[in-house]
Amino acid sequence: MATEAHAEGATGYIIHHLTALRVGEGFWSLHLDTLFFSALLGGVFIWFFKNAAEKSTAGVPGLAQNFAEMLIEFVDQQVKDSFHGHSNLIAPLALTIFCWVFLWNFMDLFPVDILPLIGSMMGIEYLRVVPSTDLNATFAMSISVFCLIIFYSIKIKGPIGFAKELMFQPFGPWLTPFNLLLKLVEEIAKPISLALRLFGNLYAGELIFILIALLPWYVQPLLSFPWAIFHILIITLQAFIFMVLTIVYLSMAHEDH
Amino acid sequence: MSINATLIGQMITFALLVWFTMKYIWPPLFDSLEERKKKIADGLAAAEKGQEQIILAEKKAKIVLKEAKDQSSEIVTLAQKRANEIVEESKHTAKHEGERLILAAKGQIDQELQQAKEGLRKEITTLALSAAQQILGAEIDKAKHQDILNKVSSQLG
Repeated sequence: MATEAHAEGATGYIIHHLTALRVGEGFWSLHLDTLFFSALLGGVFIWFFKNAAEKSTAGVPGLAQNFAEMLIEFVDQQVKDSFHGHSNLIAPLALTIFCWVFLWNFMDLFPVDILPLIGSMMGIEYLRVVPSTDLNATFAMSISVFCLIIFYSIKIKGPIGFAKELMFQPFGPWLTPFNLLLKLVEEIAKPISLALRLFGNLYAGELIFILIALLPWYVQPLLSFPWAIFHILIITLQAFIFMVLTIVYLSMAHEDH
Repeated sequence: MSINATLIGQMITFALLVWFTMKYIWPPLFDSLEERKKKIADGLAAAEKGQEQIILAEKKAKIVLKEAKDQSSEIVTLAQKRANEIVEESKHTAKHEGERLILAAKGQIDQELQQAKEGLRKEITTLALSAAQQILGAEIDKAKHQDILNKVSSQLG
């Protein structure tokens, strides 16, 4: 009985941590915590880079400018490596994705209880602080990228060219229905895999932090410390993967076969 | 877990962020990067050019130095030649002057000798006359025997 109550307590704790602060019912409801934290982190990103951009000079760069330039060069290098056309959108898009996703993921490194505790003091019952553990956030980004893929495919190849590519590749005009099916699956798999990869990694990571938080206090540091260090790698890697795949997908959309 | 309108809100936020980055963040930072790259490249090129110019200038300086040396030795040679000439000239002039002086002195000596002879001639005439007067007494007329006296005095010259 006691064990069951404990299990229920633990389950409740986990569920509580993974429930979003929600208003409204059905589809027309909003996750306020996701919206708030992602907007806040977007603000942090914009503030930092705007600050660096305003002070930017071709002379000796300041600390902020140096860091911003490091990121810009890094992103630019990635874009140059896989994208061979000319586009004013792709590099800034990639930078935004990398920084924003990284900041989302970074929220994972805050101790799991601290922000919800502060929230509960302010009368907020549920608070899920990592936007990338919300499917809405990851899908919003990947669907935006998907729209850009479609947009550029049509823009570069023309509606007919794009339709031809969908129907006649890879097996030629005699297998059109099969080609179409294959291509549609391929295209649709792009946003889904992008969104689910990020979501799955961070959701699982957060879950493990929560599970560690359930253990006795003297065991917690032994586990959460290495997991947090490992997570520094994960969050950067996931942000990087999202960015690189976006660049690759968009460069595929730009390539005319 | 469920998909809901949050998706739309997130998409709007994302679009705004991308737009802002594209418009206000990427261009100035990227431009300053490019500008710095250019500056560094220019600086390196300028340094290389400067090095080349130094080499050129050194070569030029050597040539100028050599020319100057040549010129100076030429000048020295000329000056020596001129000095020799001057010495020769002055020797010549001195010689001439000396000769002239000697001639003048000789002339003067001759003149003085002549004068002295003239004086002596007159005196001897007078002496001879007085001697003759004393010998011959008052009979001898001075005007009558002038020719003889002249002959005697000319024998002296």
